[in-house]
Amino acid sequence: MVVNQENKIIHPIWLRANHWINLVAVTLLILSGWRIYNASPIFSFSFPSQITLGGWLGGALLWHFAAMWLLLFNGLMYLFLNIISGRFKTRFFPIKIRDLINDLLAALNGKLAHDSLSEYNTVQKLAYLFVIVDIILLVLSGLVVWKSVQFPLLRELMGGYDNARIVHFFAMAGLVAFVTVHVVMVALVPKTLVLMIRGR
Amino acid sequence: MKKTLDKSIIIQEALKELPSPTRRLLMKRAVTLGGLSLLSGCAVTDEISAERMLKKISKLNDDFQAWLFDPNKLAPTYAESMITKPFPFNAYYGRDEIPEIDEEDYLLEVSGMVADKHSWTLAELRQLPQTSQVTRHICVEGWSAIGKWGGVTFATFLNRIGADLSAKYVGFKCEDDYYTSIDMPTALHSQTLLTLTYDGKTLPPEYGFPMKLRMPTKLGYKNPKHIVAIFVTNTYPGGYWEDKGYNWFGGS
Repeated sequence: MVVNQENKIIHPIWLRANHWINLVAVTLLILSGWRIYNASPIFSFSFPSQITLGGWLGGALLWHFAAMWLLLFNGLMYLFLNIISGRFKTRFFPIKIRDLINDLLAALNGKLAHDSLSEYNTVQKLAYLFVIVDIILLVLSGLVVWKSVQFPLLRELMGGYDNARIVHFFAMAGLVAFVTVHVVMVALVPKTLVLMIRGR
Repeated sequence: MKKTLDKSIIIQEALKELPSPTRRLLMKRAVTLGGLSLLSGCAVTDEISAERMLKKISKLNDDFQAWLFDPNKLAPTYAESMITKPFPFNAYYGRDEIPEIDEEDYLLEVSGMVADKHSWTLAELRQLPQTSQVTRHICVEGWSAIGKWGGVTFATFLNRIGADLSAKYVGFKCEDDYYTSIDMPTALHSQTLLTLTYDGKTLPPEYGFPMKLRMPTKLGYKNPKHIVAIFVTNTYPGGYWEDKGYNWFGGS
């Protein structure tokens, strides 16, 4: 690795701020969301109340409807800065099918290269794009669950109020799955954690 | 300029003179003492301040929802074949505590910023123009159910009693000691119904006999049952669940 690259800022300060604020927002929303789910479970299971936030339905709703603003404003800021800085285009695109197949095979063999932190491999690109789309879906389905009368078009797109709850649930499950893989990958390549703190 | 520069140099020099273990000890004390007082301070006030912050945001969410509320936007209506059967009974108490109200003795009290404060009998209420709707009831817990409610458009009733429509709130007191309040724009919404019937029959006790306020634009806990008093006011009246922490606007 070239020496002067080590000092180059790979993750700008705004991105790191967005990332850690998002972590706080997502944690509060998921843990309070589990408590809200428990009030009227969609499926035949509940979340253990010890790992939920809010103490009771009313408390969980207070957390959920506060943290949603953090997620929304932080997310909008992330999208805005990502797009105007050109970072979104350069870091995530192009995505080539052949690269994806190669990187997937390499990942499954445990040989996916992480030498260059300034570039995402194709699996990473897709994973991060997935979580961006997934959080947008969480916000939109959440809007329908919260305000089904005020957003008729969105409600119909989600297949009605009851279905919006199911969409909201599976989008949450997708986010939890992403976080799980994300944390495992950070544990396997710890320098990425340093990168997200120091920027280089 | 020169003086401040000199000062900082002097301090730097002085610090150099201090033996480093002494310096480290001072820092350590500053951290632990400060840290300790912070920690103990936090343990006592953290919970209270977090709660205060959350309630403040909930109030802001009330304002946001009032701003978002479109008086002309209607809640979806459904075919009668889609009515949920049986429609769930829901209250903060069990079925055995459903209030028994005698139709003959019943009087609806009207007070506050209204011109006509006379109390209404059920017979009088039934003489007002009646309408019905099949809409979705959404509970704060997340479940929903479709039902058919009939009665008097609340705006008609408010006009009939000469309510001050520029007032902020309409409050409700119920026979089961439940109470709640709503904003005037929702009170005047065309689907807000002073409900006297369910599925074409007199409102049964489990759904709020003799009268409930049905609003498909608000969550279930905002729809009071067994109403015995209605008042129009500018003073925030709160509500049974709202005072415990549920969001006041509770709009859908």
